[in-house]
Amino acid sequence: MSASLGLEAAGLSVTRGGRRVLDDVSLRLEQGTITAICGPNGAGKSTLLEALAGLNRPASGNVLLGGRALADIAALERARRVGYLPQAAEIAWDVAVRNLVKLGRMPHRDADHPAGQGAVHQAMKALDLLPFADRPVSQLSGGERARALLARVLAGTPAWILADEPLAALDIAHQDSLIRHLGHAARGGAGVVLVLHDLALAMNHADRVVVLDQGHVAADGAGGVALDPSIIRRVWGVECEWLGSEGRFALSNGPAR
Amino acid sequence: MTLPAKPGLLHRPNLLLALLICAALPLSLLAGRVWIDPASTPNASVILAELRLPRGLLALVIGAGLGAAGAAMQGYLRNPLADPGLFGIAPGAALGAVICLWFGAALPFASTGLLVPIFALVGAGGAMALLSLIAGRTGGIALFTLAGMMIASLAGALTSLAISLAPNAFAMSEIVSWLMGALTDRSWGDFWIALPLTVVGIACLILAGKGLDALILGEAAARSMGMNPARLQALLIVGVGLTVGSGVAVAGIVGFVGLIVPHLVRPLTDQKPSSLIVPSALAGALLVLVADSICRILPLVTELRLGIALSLIGAPFFLWLLLQMRRRLT
Repeated sequence: MSASLGLEAAGLSVTRGGRRVLDDVSLRLEQGTITAICGPNGAGKSTLLEALAGLNRPASGNVLLGGRALADIAALERARRVGYLPQAAEIAWDVAVRNLVKLGRMPHRDADHPAGQGAVHQAMKALDLLPFADRPVSQLSGGERARALLARVLAGTPAWILADEPLAALDIAHQDSLIRHLGHAARGGAGVVLVLHDLALAMNHADRVVVLDQGHVAADGAGGVALDPSIIRRVWGVECEWLGSEGRFALSNGPAR
Repeated sequence: MTLPAKPGLLHRPNLLLALLICAALPLSLLAGRVWIDPASTPNASVILAELRLPRGLLALVIGAGLGAAGAAMQGYLRNPLADPGLFGIAPGAALGAVICLWFGAALPFASTGLLVPIFALVGAGGAMALLSLIAGRTGGIALFTLAGMMIASLAGALTSLAISLAPNAFAMSEIVSWLMGALTDRSWGDFWIALPLTVVGIACLILAGKGLDALILGEAAARSMGMNPARLQALLIVGVGLTVGSGVAVAGIVGFVGLIVPHLVRPLTDQKPSSLIVPSALAGALLVLVADSICRILPLVTELRLGIALSLIGAPFFLWLLLQMRRRLT
């Protein structure tokens, strides 16, 4: 993992079809931690993640990587530092798991050199994919597929891992195993930023939660602060309370009274 | 340890296809309505050198271009049903040729026989320029596809208009039969037009391979991995434009090769789009060579047009493919 390389949004605004999806968002993200981005549908979560990955053009403001505007960094260099896992990634052709993971070395252009092969092997090993290395992706279960897609990102050994809803459509056991892998990457020094719909997952696993509402940052802090029932009521319009204890919280909710 | 991949295996389809081509080419030279016995047929060497050899080599060149273009387009659109004909380049080239035939002998240099290919290449170039003008700015795939389909439909409509307004029955029949696609009576001149353009075109498509591989994961992930969408699109427009454009220029519309060949080849490879381009070129070359030889052999009153023959094979194959895909989905 490379040395510290900050990622931050500075006065970031993004418009889409004339609508301001993100409005003057400023965030400084921390490496070595998991940051969850939460918010209602249409709050701008995916747009923020895309902007952090350099995939859309800000209407104003900047995304800064190591102090440099992302737009000024060459695409391949950016790709080596920032790994991005889109939502519900579809795999177009029935390639073998190993070849899928190898795509992660593309920005390094060393997929067939020992360094790249080593990184691919490491990523597959970290996600318990070695037994499936030669299996076509069509023969994987949903959980194995999600792991293979994450392994592709890890194989690029990025300083930042940005993942959009990586846990959606997974059963609780697979959610648990995938978030442990992400936590492991964070402890290894990577900055992990996840868009999460499931507030309990954010509460239990993220070191920091950023709540977006209509393109603005509505709350930012540790889960217990940013996902306080009063904030959930204000942003989602839902009455709720947290049940359980540290690391095992569950959300009990109903419509606002 | 399961790490070491076996790259040698991936090259085997190339070797196999190359060997098949080496076997098929001499056979195709001998095959025809009149089978040639090189030892005893009078003028055999003239027939072989001036008629059948350029025709056979042209079949290889055109087939290679169409196969590679089909493989690249399927990779680009992430869709096994994509065909290079969808993107307006073949219809644009056809329109250029039809305009030339419309004016017929009135044009200067008409007697050289190279005017039709040149007009077709101009038509293909026009379609390529329009495509890059409309879609090239952002490199977006959806816009590119729609623009291509609109260019195809516009060029098709103009071609129909030209046919309906043909100055005389002779021009009309010439246009219609040219559109059917054929390799009859092609010369070395046609071959030397098609060969360099196709080689450059296939080289562009090979260069596009890495970007096509990135697209396995979708457009957003590919861009996040550093794929440059505008560069990829430019490579594809030039690559498909040169291969398909030069193919149409010398042989008319030869359909279905670009659609079928990648499907036949895909199971032999690791399925990555970049692994598919060279074997698809080889398999396309083989398919067109064999199909053209069969057209020559069939005992019909007039020779079956190559374009018709390939569509006769292609359409049922396409239906079979759809049924297969549906079966896999259910």
